[in-house]
Amino acid sequence: MNTVTFTIIAIFTLTFALAAATNPRLMHAALSFAVMFVGIAAFFFLLGAEFVGLVQIFVYVGAVAVLIVFTILLTRRDPEKTRGFNWGGVVIAIAVFVGLVWAILKSTSVSIAPPVIKALTVKQIGMALMGSYVWPLLCVGVLLTAALIGALILVLEDKRQ
Amino acid sequence: MTLSIFLIVSAALFCIGLLAALSRRHAIFILIGIEMMLAAANINFIAFWRFAPQPAQPTGVMVAIFSIAIAAAEAAIGLAMVIAVYRHFRTTNVDQLDQLKG
Repeated sequence: MNTVTFTIIAIFTLTFALAAATNPRLMHAALSFAVMFVGIAAFFFLLGAEFVGLVQIFVYVGAVAVLIVFTILLTRRDPEKTRGFNWGGVVIAIAVFVGLVWAILKSTSVSIAPPVIKALTVKQIGMALMGSYVWPLLCVGVLLTAALIGALILVLEDKRQ
Repeated sequence: MTLSIFLIVSAALFCIGLLAALSRRHAIFILIGIEMMLAAANINFIAFWRFAPQPAQPTGVMVAIFSIAIAAAEAAIGLAMVIAVYRHFRTTNVDQLDQLKG
């Protein structure tokens, strides 16, 4: 973990996050959102969690970003102006940021250097998922099935009318 | 390279997500803001896992994986709701969805 890589990734991620949050053009903002998740995955690689980084890229850049682009295309004929911007949100966000940074800098227990740990292998993750995390895994499976059925029911056309 | 610098970047990402969720009026961008906040939480999980002494179980990684799965389910449901709302009201501007306003 060196500081130069960290700084580059941090600037990259935060720039694209800001672009996604403030760009008035919907499609450009959605694409910035996808690129931002590559930056977040780079953070995970830097921290030694390669599996989570790859899952993040597959799930967000591969699936969620495509879903968002599809939704933008399906709701494009929006006759009203949807580009309004509420400046109250900026004030609240900056206030929350200042509060969080104050809390982080104030606490002494988080200014620690990374310990040397053994690399986490995918085999270990698989053993943990099938071992002590098998019930959460099954619950997530049920949740994803319910979400899939719920999303289908929500977007089905009502044929009775 | 200390833990606090990761926490500060994650706090910045969280606040950008909060900014998007509070100040955009397009429903899809409120969802994008929520996804950013969840991603900031994931960075925190992984950073705390990496900076802790090596435990027997990779707990932080597991929590991050489950959090990603739940965030994906949330995004799918949220976008389906945006499409359903658009069908009914012909708009995705959340300021105009005020049917329940007293």
